[in-house]
Amino acid sequence: MTIEAPDLSLAALAPLLFVFGAACIGVLVEAFGPRDSRHPVQVAVALVGTLGGLVTTVLLAGTREVTAGGALAVDGAGLFLQATIAGLGALSLLLFAERNLDPARSAFVVSAAVPAGSVRDRELLTVQRVQTEVYPLATFAIGGMMLFVTANDLLVMFVALEVLSLPLYLISGLARRRRLLSQEAAVKYFLLGSFASAFFLYGVALVYGATGTVRLAGVREAVAGAEGGTLVVLGLALLVVGLLFKASVAPFHTWTPDVYQGAPTPVTAFMAACTKVAAFGAILRLLYVAFGTEEWTWRPLVYGVAIVSMVIGAVLGLTQTDLKRMLAYSSVAHAGFLLTGVLGLPATGDAAGSGLPAVMFYLLAYGLTTLGAFAVLTLVRSGEGEATHLSQWAGLAQRSPLTAAVMSLFLLALAGIPLTSGFTGKFAVFRAAIEDGAWPLALVALLASAVAAFFYLRVIVLMYFSEPAVDGPTVGVPGLPTTIVLAVTAAATLLLGIVPGAVLGLADRAAIFVG
Amino acid sequence: MDTVAAEGLLSASWLVIALPLLGAAVLLLGGRRTDAWGHLLGTATVVAAFVLGLLCTVQLAGVEGHAVDAELFTFVSTGSLDVGAGLLVDPLSATFMLLITGVGSLIHVYSIGYMAHDPRRRRFFAYLNLFVAAMLLLVLGDNYVALYVGWEGVGLASYLLIAFWHDRPSAATAAKKAFVMNRVGDVGLALAIFVMFAQLGTVSYEGVFGGVGALAGGTLTALGLLLLLGACGKSGQFPLQAWLPDAMEGPTPVSALIHAATMVTAGVYLIARSAPIYDLTPTARGVVLAVGAITLLYGAIVGCAYDDIKKVLAYSTVSQIGYMFLAVGLGPVGYAAAIAHLLTHGFFKAGLFLGAGSVMHAMGDEVDMRRFGGLARRLPVTFVTFGLGYLALIGFPFLSGYWTKDAIIEAALDRGDWAGWLLGGVAVLGAGLTAFYMTRLMLMTFFGRPRWTEDQHPHESPSVMTAPMVVLAVGSVAAGFLLVQVFPLDTWLEPVFGVPEEAEHVVAPALVGLVVTAVMALGVLAAWLFVGRREVPEVAPARVSPVVRAARRALYADTVNESLFMRPGQWLTRALVWVDNRGVDGAVNGLAATLGGSSSRLGRAQTGFVRSYALGMLGGAVVVAGALLAVTAG
Repeated sequence: MTIEAPDLSLAALAPLLFVFGAACIGVLVEAFGPRDSRHPVQVAVALVGTLGGLVTTVLLAGTREVTAGGALAVDGAGLFLQATIAGLGALSLLLFAERNLDPARSAFVVSAAVPAGSVRDRELLTVQRVQTEVYPLATFAIGGMMLFVTANDLLVMFVALEVLSLPLYLISGLARRRRLLSQEAAVKYFLLGSFASAFFLYGVALVYGATGTVRLAGVREAVAGAEGGTLVVLGLALLVVGLLFKASVAPFHTWTPDVYQGAPTPVTAFMAACTKVAAFGAILRLLYVAFGTEEWTWRPLVYGVAIVSMVIGAVLGLTQTDLKRMLAYSSVAHAGFLLTGVLGLPATGDAAGSGLPAVMFYLLAYGLTTLGAFAVLTLVRSGEGEATHLSQWAGLAQRSPLTAAVMSLFLLALAGIPLTSGFTGKFAVFRAAIEDGAWPLALVALLASAVAAFFYLRVIVLMYFSEPAVDGPTVGVPGLPTTIVLAVTAAATLLLGIVPGAVLGLADRAAIFVG
Repeated sequence: MDTVAAEGLLSASWLVIALPLLGAAVLLLGGRRTDAWGHLLGTATVVAAFVLGLLCTVQLAGVEGHAVDAELFTFVSTGSLDVGAGLLVDPLSATFMLLITGVGSLIHVYSIGYMAHDPRRRRFFAYLNLFVAAMLLLVLGDNYVALYVGWEGVGLASYLLIAFWHDRPSAATAAKKAFVMNRVGDVGLALAIFVMFAQLGTVSYEGVFGGVGALAGGTLTALGLLLLLGACGKSGQFPLQAWLPDAMEGPTPVSALIHAATMVTAGVYLIARSAPIYDLTPTARGVVLAVGAITLLYGAIVGCAYDDIKKVLAYSTVSQIGYMFLAVGLGPVGYAAAIAHLLTHGFFKAGLFLGAGSVMHAMGDEVDMRRFGGLARRLPVTFVTFGLGYLALIGFPFLSGYWTKDAIIEAALDRGDWAGWLLGGVAVLGAGLTAFYMTRLMLMTFFGRPRWTEDQHPHESPSVMTAPMVVLAVGSVAAGFLLVQVFPLDTWLEPVFGVPEEAEHVVAPALVGLVVTAVMALGVLAAWLFVGRREVPEVAPARVSPVVRAARRALYADTVNESLFMRPGQWLTRALVWVDNRGVDGAVNGLAATLGGSSSRLGRAQTGFVRSYALGMLGGAVVVAGALLAVTAG
């Protein structure tokens, strides 16, 4: 028996190589670099890796090939999503690197192994040492996400899922303040994530059992040949459940509020922006490439899940009093909106239709906006860390008009008010759904948007029309990294709302799956 | 109507509008810095506009066809709607341009004196300039949308100026009333423009008049009636006349310029301009006739009963515009007569209002004629100029009103049918009533025993006020003769209205003139018998005949408005507020409570325990798998 070397297009893999290379170098720096200069070096390595990944995806634009022995599909949609993840990842890393806001110069705990609340822990709280393991960990997660959206093979997809999840579980528990909450979030995320991974893996097994292949294209052929029957459908159900968990779609969203609240805010921003993109990229690829011929099997499912997610996210968001939890439910509602766009996908031939580009644009717009919103949350602080309780934001506009204005912009975008990217994105996905005849879904989506608008606008009203509390929070002066993030995300939120043409056109041209 | 592109001075005709607009902008935006010289700038811009307008008109007289279109820029261009901003200078609009800027200039000059002691003088001149600019746009635009913009602009200026002394509740109420009633008319005009666009795809005069021939009769009639509604609102014609007398709450120069000489004649302009539409719809023209006849009698009757000098003049305006409506309703034979009467009326009514302002100036803003009397000797210039205006208005032979009013009556009689006799009769009767109420006004104001207290010291107004009055008085005397005999207006307007067929005179013009003069003399005599012969009581007698009582209450027009529209409107408002509070708010609040409640109830599922989360996920997975299986099985 001879083993043939798989064909390997290094050029097409360059973005992944860049990011994973940076992650490996980061591990080496962690092991051998001098402690004092580690932080700038780690930040530089991580940024070079992610930005290199971003640049190479741009250079690869137009590539359509299946490589690595058929395990990876480097195509328009994959590259667009990889670029989105790399870009949002780089911005998240900038938030990680912020050293001006926390009095102890970092949002991350110095030594995660020290028990929370112990004497040593209290000593370390004020030490200005920074912890740099988060950078390679986050870079690995970014690499995993980029792999996830180009995986052309269920097993590679599973591996990518684990590569992106495991570092996330870890860095969720690294908050410097409110450590118990952070650790609880990490454990919850880990347990439930493993549970979801098990679903996914079992789904892979069932599909393999039914079709004899794990290649998406192979599954497609087998399904089209009417092989498998019940087994394939069961496998599809389990695969979808695993992915919906990562995308925090209700009813698989229960981890989202707890983890978003407990994790360090830069990590929450990272998860909210990048994980969403990765999970939807995988959902799109799975449904379109592997089960494209089974459209009428999964459409009702997506229809129902989208409604549940929008309604749960919008309604539960109403009574949240913590801004991070509120944004978590907002993320659940937005997952529902994204699913309405997924329904716009016509699974015929090579044409991607209006659904795929709409979802891709929405992911980019939502990622930038939500990243910006969480970045603003890191600015507003009280004695015990970030002030995320709603009541603490009363009258913020009087204290810091610029912060309030920027936050209002992000909230308006999340609510989908015209002239913001949120409106363009919503318009695109709803139109895609309506074009495919799913207007009742678009109607529910509009109603849910109206309900959700209430809790976004409530924050704006609170900031502008309430008297500030006497012992209110202070608004920190951000350093260069956070300033860059805020500037980029705010500008993008406005530009994608006012002149979205170029990016919409790009998404249109890129909306191609191979495999 | 053939137009040629504007050349030379005519291509600068936009400056006529731009100058007063610039004045308004400088005065409004310049703030207090312009207080010292603002009124002079405002006056200068209008005078400059008049000079420019005069030069344009002179040049226009030399242009072939007497019509010039000056395209400025594209105003609206969306889909199939294309509205260019262009100006149309033709004999009709040029005539109005001269009237507006000419009378406007005189009244600006007068206002320098009249408003000298008002702390908000600059603002007054700014609004006045704004009015002149908007009115010029109204008459000079070459499409209905430009007309509408001007129409609303003069409405705004009128509102602002009626309420100029807004600290007086009566002024604020009057402004509101004018605004609301004008809105009713404006809706008609707007709908008419919508109909034009829907049916013809254009709103330019050229396009509309070229296309109306192809329209169905019903559409044409609707168009005519909608335009008439707009005209009635702006011109204070029945049934939308009630706002005009109340509008006298504004400063007197405003009453003279806006509510006598120019703005209120915009309705006449609208109908005359839309002549090609009315020529095709006898039904709408009949309604115009009816409106004109009813209003001219109504105004004349009510004018007999009021004691407020400005209100009498206001009802007189209502009545005289009724004459103009009657004339335009007659069709081609009446257009030129209507415009001629409009012009002479502009002279003598503006002069009368300025005279009334001068009297009020002398009497400390008193308007009740029962407190005047014997002012002829104290205010000689005012008396003479006012007297000439009075004679012109009542149609004293060979003064302005005589020529133009007679022309209208002749045109009505020339119809030859019963309607012609009826309309002619109404017009002659109106002339008699006009003579009665105006003589009554003269007698109560300038003659008889002084009924004012000695400490009022009536004094003649400064020359900055009397000079415009003199100029207008000269116009009152000569304008009619000039327009009818020397520079015949109907020849000048022929490019617009065409050459009317030479109608056969049913009654000889000389006889008409004789009869009208006789009726006028009767009216004067009656006024002498009822008012001049005896002492005027200082308090209006309470025991009067039902006719007088009705006339004192404006023939119950306000009562009708109040009971038919205002009170039901208030009830409707109250009902809607109730529905809004109980129904809409209730539904909204209920919905919010429901959502909030379900939010807290659903939120209980978020226990914080991983085990329950996992259970939820498992449940979800089972449902998902079950649903998928159900779908494939089914």
